[in-house]
Amino acid sequence: MSKKIVLIGGRVCDPGSGVDGDFDVLIEDGKVAAVEKPGAFAGLQDVDVENVAGLLVVPGLMDVHVHLREPGFEWKETVATGSAAAAAGGFTTVCCMPNTKPVNDSGQTTRYILERAREAGLADVLPIGAITKGSEGVELAPMIELFEAGCVAFSDDGLPVMDANVMRRALEYSSMLGTVLSVHEEDLNLSRGFAMNEGVTSLKLGLKGFPEAAENVMIARDIELARLTGARVHFCHVSTARGALLVKRAKEDGIKVTAEVTPHHLTLTETACEDFNTLAKVSPPLRLDEDVHALREALESGVLDCIASDHAPHDPDTKNCAFSEASNGLLGLQTNVPLLFRLVQRGDISLRRMIESATTAPARCFGIEPNRIRKGSRANIAVLDPNRKILLTKEYLCSKSKNTPFLDQEFQGIAVKTFVGGRKVYDLGVTSA
Amino acid sequence: MSSTDLKIGPHLLGIRGLSREQVEFILATAAQFVEVSERPIKRVPTLRGKTVVNLFLEASTRTRTSFEIAAKRLSADAVNIGAKDSSVTKGETLLDTVWTLQAMAPDVIVMRHPSSGAAHFIAQHLTRSAVVNAGDGLHEHPTQALLDALTIKQKLGKLTGLKIVLVGDVFRGRVARSNIFLHTLLGNEVRAVAPPTFIPPDLAQLGVKLYHDLPSALDGADVVMSLRIKTEYLQDAFIPSTDEYCRRFCITEPILAKYAPESIVLAPGPFNRGIEMSSEVVDGPRSQISKQVNYGVAVRMAVIYLLAIRQGAMNLSEHLKEHSA
Repeated sequence: MSKKIVLIGGRVCDPGSGVDGDFDVLIEDGKVAAVEKPGAFAGLQDVDVENVAGLLVVPGLMDVHVHLREPGFEWKETVATGSAAAAAGGFTTVCCMPNTKPVNDSGQTTRYILERAREAGLADVLPIGAITKGSEGVELAPMIELFEAGCVAFSDDGLPVMDANVMRRALEYSSMLGTVLSVHEEDLNLSRGFAMNEGVTSLKLGLKGFPEAAENVMIARDIELARLTGARVHFCHVSTARGALLVKRAKEDGIKVTAEVTPHHLTLTETACEDFNTLAKVSPPLRLDEDVHALREALESGVLDCIASDHAPHDPDTKNCAFSEASNGLLGLQTNVPLLFRLVQRGDISLRRMIESATTAPARCFGIEPNRIRKGSRANIAVLDPNRKILLTKEYLCSKSKNTPFLDQEFQGIAVKTFVGGRKVYDLGVTSA
Repeated sequence: MSSTDLKIGPHLLGIRGLSREQVEFILATAAQFVEVSERPIKRVPTLRGKTVVNLFLEASTRTRTSFEIAAKRLSADAVNIGAKDSSVTKGETLLDTVWTLQAMAPDVIVMRHPSSGAAHFIAQHLTRSAVVNAGDGLHEHPTQALLDALTIKQKLGKLTGLKIVLVGDVFRGRVARSNIFLHTLLGNEVRAVAPPTFIPPDLAQLGVKLYHDLPSALDGADVVMSLRIKTEYLQDAFIPSTDEYCRRFCITEPILAKYAPESIVLAPGPFNRGIEMSSEVVDGPRSQISKQVNYGVAVRMAVIYLLAIRQGAMNLSEHLKEHSA
């Protein structure tokens, strides 16, 4: 039995439980044992006291879109190193995409990932199974088998199901499990050979573009298929203003859709690709100012439900090459919180919405239990310091890969302590990393 | 003006990023090299002991030959490496290939590569060699635009206030892109004419006027540049057929005579007779095609020279003295 822990002096903010105020939190046997007024646990013996005065105590953050690269690409990331990055970023709960090698389209692979996660013990890892076998878009993956092995949702992520009939059947079939299909929206014909957003910058750089229409037409298609089947669709990383508008209208029509947005699409534009900076190469690509502003508004208003990072580790060799040959993707787990605080500091989103969009909102999108800070809940808790400054160095990053365009930038506001199942899995300490 | 008054380099990666003065300086230098190619002994000792590597990782005959001849006429040691000769076919990365080359201390690496941005990429990693971009994917081909400009200057006597018309595939053309950057920089009017699949609306943001019919685009033009139509475009649904393209966009002498009677015609080559241009135009008096090839050597001599000698101040006129051998 683990020692009791008490978090003292913090501001507890748990939008899902309707709690926002100064409370002390007692953790016992991996669960939240009590949430009481400050000082209530002053007399307790044999406890580890965590002084969190002036800090935010929030439910463990949840990221429904990460790539842990294991099995198959362990030189980029492993379940263990990805879990460490999650813990250091304040994330206790991550959903990992199935584009591993082999693709996670079997109970065996799902169980392998879960076993690796249990060994690491740094984060709750919830696998996402493939929609189609091998993510080839032809035959349905064994969704019941995957579900029973522990998958919480289905996705073919970067290999979107182009055949609308297969997508329709996948929606119908998965609906009996109550799970959601999480879809990366990209018409592969329209985006063929792309390296960045299609526009004046791609024209200047001579790079093939991913027109926003390639994303929007697939969002529109899947809205209609969700309407047809009554099944739930979750849109991954919406990157366009029009995409957000389509989601808004679908919700107004009562169609069961939800959507995520990444911190990088909320903060960067296509100009980050100038000078052929491969660290800014990502799919969907970084778009325009007007998209960024529309996405921020859509996040604040709730049209876009949640934040997800699309944490995509890549080794240096796949970024150290000509732009058009570089891999897509950038790290997210340790940049999410700093980037979100940046938006809060600028007044683009409220603090409450920031917390909600990384806790209860993603859980609602996936139909899974959110982390909470209330008596009886599993003690998945993050402690955030809105004032703590950090230089985002390679040394600070726990991920095996270091591919982020935010490297060597200074941020204010980061995760400082993380608890998973009542165990402290991360502590930044008092000196800056 | 001495050659050190204006700094060119350390690399030449594109026209974008050059100033008007730099362009003019390169062209003025090139103009002085034109005469070297007309001598009985076409060689000056200028770059004796310097090494130029031509790293051509995409098929090329005319550009590679032009760079090789340019280097040799400057007395530099020129080494050619093609995709088949390089370790790229053995799975080596571009960076490793370039580092291996750098270890042999070449002064200039001239590179053609099928990927946009490849020249920028290697330039970031090279500390001792100058990089000349000889064409990177769909991005830029700066020496081609410079030799086009020298051709125009030599023929028309000026490089400003001109109406320049690009005909054909601008969207996927690195020559077109470099020419757009160069002529908008020099203050010329740049027009593009082609089916809309070849000239996306965003081109207007680069200062280009867009047309879909040849007569309006050619009206009063000083320079007509023909861009190659590749047959692979049919598969990508850019055009239905080259025949259909011809119906509206083939440059013919009657059209030029009617709408742009004073115009000269340039084509970067290779070109397809009867598709982009009629043979009458290719072989006619407006055509500057062989002049372009000729000036290409002078422009590449100028570029290699300016990048190779950037460390030491030397006098160009001294360098142009007859070879003693």
